[in-house]
Amino acid sequence: MSLPTYREVLFNPVFNNNPIGLQILGICSALAVTSNLKTALVMSVCLTMVTGFSNLFVSMIRRQIPSSIRMIVQMVIIASLVILVDQILKAYAFSLSKQLSVFVGLIITNCIVMGRAEAFAMQNPPLLSFFDGIGNGLGYSAMLIALGIIRELFGSGKLAGYTILPVVNDGGWYLPNGMLLLPPSAFFLIGLFIWGIRSWKTSQLEQPAFKMAPQVSNKEAY
Amino acid sequence: MEHYISLFVRAVFVENMALAFFLGMCTFIAISKKVETAIGLGIAVVLVLGITMPVNNLIFSYFLKEGALAWAGLPDADLSFLGLLTFIGVIAAIVQILEMTLDKYVPSLYNALGVFLPLITVNCAILGGSLFMVERDYNLAESAVYGVGAGVSWALAIAALAGIREKLKYSDVPAGLQGLGITFITIGLMSLGFMSFSGVQL
Repeated sequence: MSLPTYREVLFNPVFNNNPIGLQILGICSALAVTSNLKTALVMSVCLTMVTGFSNLFVSMIRRQIPSSIRMIVQMVIIASLVILVDQILKAYAFSLSKQLSVFVGLIITNCIVMGRAEAFAMQNPPLLSFFDGIGNGLGYSAMLIALGIIRELFGSGKLAGYTILPVVNDGGWYLPNGMLLLPPSAFFLIGLFIWGIRSWKTSQLEQPAFKMAPQVSNKEAY
Repeated sequence: MEHYISLFVRAVFVENMALAFFLGMCTFIAISKKVETAIGLGIAVVLVLGITMPVNNLIFSYFLKEGALAWAGLPDADLSFLGLLTFIGVIAAIVQILEMTLDKYVPSLYNALGVFLPLITVNCAILGGSLFMVERDYNLAESAVYGVGAGVSWALAIAALAGIREKLKYSDVPAGLQGLGITFITIGLMSLGFMSFSGVQL
């Protein structure tokens, strides 16, 4: 098997193999922090950095890690990186880190980081792994930012805190859809995104578990 | 006593781990195709959360908290930044110990849980529980109650979702929405349902 190119590892995860849409990885934070664009952006940057560097470091020492304790070694590397990110956020953007609350810490158990370290970085050279990490981070960010934009714009008429659609309460014309600020809307939006992506890239379709036999008419089946 | 009961009820219904905070979503979606496996995983999560939360609480309040090392002659030490690393270490260790104990003494439960036990280490509901405990300043008893409550809430949610998905596979879903997509929308509806608890004051 030849090595994938940098271009492939960097851009494939964005649409073809999106970590949230197809690999079902890292969904928790995607739902909880996307009610406004700012937190979504910060979260994406944090996660992309952590994934990139954890892949880099894991890949650098991949030949030295005994396979029986590789999970712990990966965990320690990831946890140290997350502590670093957490401390930086607390030092320079305290109010944001309060808003993100436990979700920065939860990057540790975000399956994207662990999954890529295990699936890619253990077999590939450092620089390539680094770009794979960044690529997967970008795929995650693309989803998060899209969710953040939709939820904040239609939920409160703002974008990153600036008013775009003046809402009725402030004398404008836009009646905000309050449900988009509530957590369940994120599920609906991700579901719809997946629908969109899969209608466009039909190779990602899942086979239905059951099919009606061709000679059975609808009426008979029920 | 009343305080603990209300904490428990709040943890199970109002602050449902899966449907209100979206923790442990990856496993929640991946392992909810069958009711039986979902219940097995749910029990494992209750066990692990119920054990790790009090242990992490002890470690946090006697070693890591600001001024906690006073008994060792270091009243100024503040190691709380090590919290993340410690918690995940404790969780991984406890899952490992639990696995070995179950294998030795309760092999039937061990076989039933199977591959799910090690998977729990990377379930964000467990780490999230510990982080919430720090953020909300729970004491030992409260953290134990909260741990079990959070575990039950997660188990309840995954069992319910698995039940819905078992029925759902016989229905005629549009092609692009098949599988993952419709699961997301189902969870969204369930989560809307659980939001009706959010007005409950205890």
